[in-house]
Amino acid sequence: MGNIFAIAQKELRSYFVSPIAYVVVGLFAVLFGYFYVASLQILVRFSAQSGMFGGMGGPQSININEFMIRPLLSNTAIILLFFLPFLTARAYAEEKRSGTIELLLTSPLRDIQIIFGKFLGVFALFLLMLSVTAVHMGILFWYGEPELGPLLSGYLGLVLMGGSFISVGLLVSSTTRNQVVAGVVTFSILLLFWVLSWMADSAGPVTQTILSYLSILEHFDDFSKGVIDTAHVTYYLSFIAFGLFLTAKSVDSERWRG
Amino acid sequence: MIEVQRVTKRYGQVAVVNDVSFRVEAGQILGFLGPNGAGKTTTMRVLTGYIPPTEGKAIIGGFDVFESPVEAKMRTGYLPESPPLYPDMTVREYLMFVARIKAVSASNRRQRVDYAMGRTSIDEVADRHCGKLSKGYRQRVGLAQAILHNPDVLILDEPTAGLDPKQIIETRELIKELGGDHTIILSTHILPEVSQTCERVVIINKGRVVAEDTPANLTGRLRGSETIRLQVDSGGVDPASALSAVPGVTEVHAGDAATEGRMIEVQAAEGVDIRRQVANAVVSNGWGLLEMRPVRLSLEDIFLQLTTTEEEKTDAAIDESEPGETVATGDKELDHG
Repeated sequence: MGNIFAIAQKELRSYFVSPIAYVVVGLFAVLFGYFYVASLQILVRFSAQSGMFGGMGGPQSININEFMIRPLLSNTAIILLFFLPFLTARAYAEEKRSGTIELLLTSPLRDIQIIFGKFLGVFALFLLMLSVTAVHMGILFWYGEPELGPLLSGYLGLVLMGGSFISVGLLVSSTTRNQVVAGVVTFSILLLFWVLSWMADSAGPVTQTILSYLSILEHFDDFSKGVIDTAHVTYYLSFIAFGLFLTAKSVDSERWRG
Repeated sequence: MIEVQRVTKRYGQVAVVNDVSFRVEAGQILGFLGPNGAGKTTTMRVLTGYIPPTEGKAIIGGFDVFESPVEAKMRTGYLPESPPLYPDMTVREYLMFVARIKAVSASNRRQRVDYAMGRTSIDEVADRHCGKLSKGYRQRVGLAQAILHNPDVLILDEPTAGLDPKQIIETRELIKELGGDHTIILSTHILPEVSQTCERVVIINKGRVVAEDTPANLTGRLRGSETIRLQVDSGGVDPASALSAVPGVTEVHAGDAATEGRMIEVQAAEGVDIRRQVANAVVSNGWGLLEMRPVRLSLEDIFLQLTTTEEEKTDAAIDESEPGETVATGDKELDHG
């Protein structure tokens, strides 16, 4: 356990001594801020309209969750799709390129400890990135009355989804010593998983079920609606576990190939 | 302490290490000698558990490196060819991190780090970033990292490569000092290094062990027979026949007469000391004995003899132009590919 923590800390630290953490978290904040303001303006326009034309006994309050938070969280998921591959790209690739992997693999550590450590390191940075948005959400609570439940379930969905992205990223990074390759391949795989459900529409009934079950996006939908379905939680958790399992296999096979 | 049992490592069809066996007793310093691409790094990587062998096994302190990797690695300190440093950490931060992953207990960490830094004299760069260090310091930080958890076994892959002469001497001294507390395998292609630091030598070529002995014995054994070089002023007479008559002499090569005497090489049967008899023979003939010295094969000669004879038979043409060159490039691809 101490070893896992040591690796995680080293990993997290490496993002902060390089510009990576600042650039990624900073730009994430900028993009999220933009989406936030944009959806806020839509919300304002809507509520103004409903105030003007709202029959049925006076102005009806608009559901902030439905009109603003849900689309905003979906957009955040897309930002993560773009950003997380950049964070995971270096995890193994950099160690291999610089030869420090030789230190890790010849230290009294188990592969799985290294993998968990790296996962936790990136995951911690990801949580930090996500926590920036707490400020924006806080403002919504200050001026409006959104429901807390769906907001939290939406965040849970984002956290699980981010974890899945990171596990794919680690897997890909463990197969190459080139960070650019790791980033691009991770992004492509994630994008493919993302759009699997699009293909489902035109596929046969059985394929359709399989494809939409595999699609990362499909599973996120319910979370943003405020529904925590154990099936979806299981999906993400097993996605993460499978990703890390394959990473372990990949690290082991790299050993054999030398 | 260290045991390598019939280790073979193949990449595809190519055997980089072929049926290598040797053992190192506790407290010994073993020199692992071979031209570039002989399989030194691969063997060391097998020993440290970095890569698994295709066949055979490696045992460190009684633990099979691949059956109980954590226990074996706990007892091994490893300095790879290029020190595995994190450029954005300071030397102290780096060593503290290494201490953590090498299971040095929290209460001992600071003390062990100070000890390792003191031993390798890197105190003055403790707060510099690893990425900004000179080659010499990088190497020493790598060494500090290897001795940090006080391992029984140290495996050092070309520890003096890229250092300046002063640093090389310092590093050799340090390794000799460490030899008291640790069992050390040290790879090199620099021969004097072996005769100066090591108690035993394993010479490896093209993935096979070609010789294993102490540096002194190796020189002795490979000399085969004793050769003495003489410089004799024998006037106009050819001294060859007179010297051949000396008991124990097997062969005499006499050079041409020169103003300062003839150069003569006299070979004796193995284990026979013929110096006295030869000197007597010269003197009793009334010649002048200007010089007399035994010809010892240096480690260089042995090394070349061992590592080139096989090649001369098979592909002499290539080897004459670029000895070892073809092997060296092959190693790079295999080791780093």
